[in-house]
Amino acid sequence: MEGDLAYIGAGLAGMGTGIAALGVGNVAANFLAGALRNPSAAASQTATLFIGIAFAEALGIFSFLVALLLMFAV
Amino acid sequence: MGKLFFYVALALVLVSGLVFAPEHAGLAIHPMDQFTVKPLFGGDHIAWYTPTNVTLWMLFAVVAIIGLLVLGSSNRGIVPSRAQSVAELAYGFIYKMVEDVTGKDAVKFFPYIMTLFMFIVTANFLGLIPMSFTTTSHFAVTAILAMLVFVTVTITGFVLHGAKFLGLFWVSSAPLALRPILAIIELISYFVRPVSHCIRLAGNVMAGHAVLKVFAGFAGALGAGAFLPIFAITAVYALEVLVAFIQAYVFTILTCVYLKDALHPSH
Repeated sequence: MEGDLAYIGAGLAGMGTGIAALGVGNVAANFLAGALRNPSAAASQTATLFIGIAFAEALGIFSFLVALLLMFAV
Repeated sequence: MGKLFFYVALALVLVSGLVFAPEHAGLAIHPMDQFTVKPLFGGDHIAWYTPTNVTLWMLFAVVAIIGLLVLGSSNRGIVPSRAQSVAELAYGFIYKMVEDVTGKDAVKFFPYIMTLFMFIVTANFLGLIPMSFTTTSHFAVTAILAMLVFVTVTITGFVLHGAKFLGLFWVSSAPLALRPILAIIELISYFVRPVSHCIRLAGNVMAGHAVLKVFAGFAGALGAGAFLPIFAITAVYALEVLVAFIQAYVFTILTCVYLKDALHPSH
């Protein structure tokens, strides 16, 4: 029974990765919108883009990790 | 000619799928088995000095970096050889990143940051070779890298600015009533940095490799269609090559961002 609950929890935690994908898409979409308005400034901001993506993505990885722990470690 | 080759290869894959179809079909997916740490010379006991597959592939990474940079910088030519252009590209790329993100006075940290980047990117790429071992998929490895960055940043901050470095947590642009609360939040976020720094790298690499194994595991259940996952695996593999570079880049650029806090605490 406890193992079954762990699987349900892993599925719930897996939803977090999808929500983090929304965040990453949001960052990329806003970057693209800005870059198309002012293409000359886009190249200098790619580092910021990657930092933003990394921060948004880290939280998705956290929930993926929770899912893995529930699947294999609990 | 190219088209003919493609069709022949496809037919071969199809036929081999029929001939070598697994007899005991069924889902047998063990995505996490590839991350097992094994001693190289038998036995189960692992002490801190035991040579394992982790240390072996770290050694390969170090040897590959030394080979690239030493070969690349010996017999330099006006027209660079391939090794030389890759080595120069990596050097220039990281040097520019340190200068742009951290500032001109941070160039004394360039060797450290270059070492970090080269180690992570090489370990990631070596891990993408089939049957190899990915050292950066282990939290123990990335946690040490992240802790070293954290300790370096903290010590540098206190050596350069003394007690003024604590001003990083005292947001002087905020209203006075809010500052103690912000100080607590800033303090927590400062100490969570090494955690997210290491989990981001290891988590990304581990997730990608586990996905590859999951797709490969589908082959067992598909019978004659066992060749089908190869298309998905090829696509995911291409993504993983990109991720391997981007995660090394992100780890390095975040190190630069954290170092900037130590060199120029702005709050």
